[in-house]
Amino acid sequence: MNKNNFLALLSGLLFGLGLILSGMANPAKVLGFLDLAGAWDPSLALVMGGAIAVGTVVFAIAGKRDLSLLGLTIHFPTARHIDKRLVLGSLAFGIGWGLAGVCPGPALVLLGTGSVKGLVFVFAMLVGMGIFEYLEIRRLRHNK
Amino acid sequence: MLIDWNNFTPWASLAGGALLGIAAAMLMFFNGRIAGISGIVGGLVKPRLHDVSWRIAFITGLIIAPLLWQIFSALPPILINTSNTLLVVSGLLVGIGTRFGAGCTSGHGVCGISRLSLRSLIATLSFMFAGFVTVYIVRHVLVA
Repeated sequence: MNKNNFLALLSGLLFGLGLILSGMANPAKVLGFLDLAGAWDPSLALVMGGAIAVGTVVFAIAGKRDLSLLGLTIHFPTARHIDKRLVLGSLAFGIGWGLAGVCPGPALVLLGTGSVKGLVFVFAMLVGMGIFEYLEIRRLRHNK
Repeated sequence: MLIDWNNFTPWASLAGGALLGIAAAMLMFFNGRIAGISGIVGGLVKPRLHDVSWRIAFITGLIIAPLLWQIFSALPPILINTSNTLLVVSGLLVGIGTRFGAGCTSGHGVCGISRLSLRSLIATLSFMFAGFVTVYIVRHVLVA
């Protein structure tokens, strides 16, 4: 494994540890945060707060650079448009998130715990992503 | 509003959140990539040349995080009370939704908001809103 990939692995590892420590990897806790009308657990607002506090500094610096410390191109998102795809896609994601309390990062951590339910979720998620690619190919072909 | 003080974990959640920010910083400063999990996984569903190995490395890190954690300490509680059928529906929605919406909790919610992206803010508000409404319906309308 080269240095670039080793550092990407370390980053993923740290991300996973952060998800476990924060409680994000526990679907029951995520649902407790999303349940405003029940006994509300505000913890996950602090996860977002902690991550964004660090992230704001990070991206302010990264946004001024063209190359990473390893000399790789910095892929900064350039999309700014707000359209139906963005909102409807995010709403669909939110419904799925609310049904089980699992989003993509924690789903992969659940895989690592050996959870069968985690495996079921990740499989369905990959199928969902495959359906998206299929619909995209059809749309692009149709538009030609 | 009723706060669930028993399950509230402010310090662990804040620290875990900061770890997510540091992990995102690593991936950005070393690999020049945004730590958006749905995008990283989605890029493997339709792989492109020379754009695969860092994704696999990062995802491997996420998956082995709970294994590393268990070397030092017992995992915190991780509870999934959702049936397999509902997990499939949820996973499909998360997969399709995050790809159409071009991001999830990490890419839009953490990185995007940290970049002060209005597009990501709208996406985050959309999926959080849908998550809140879904849990409300499941727990307080359908069950009642």
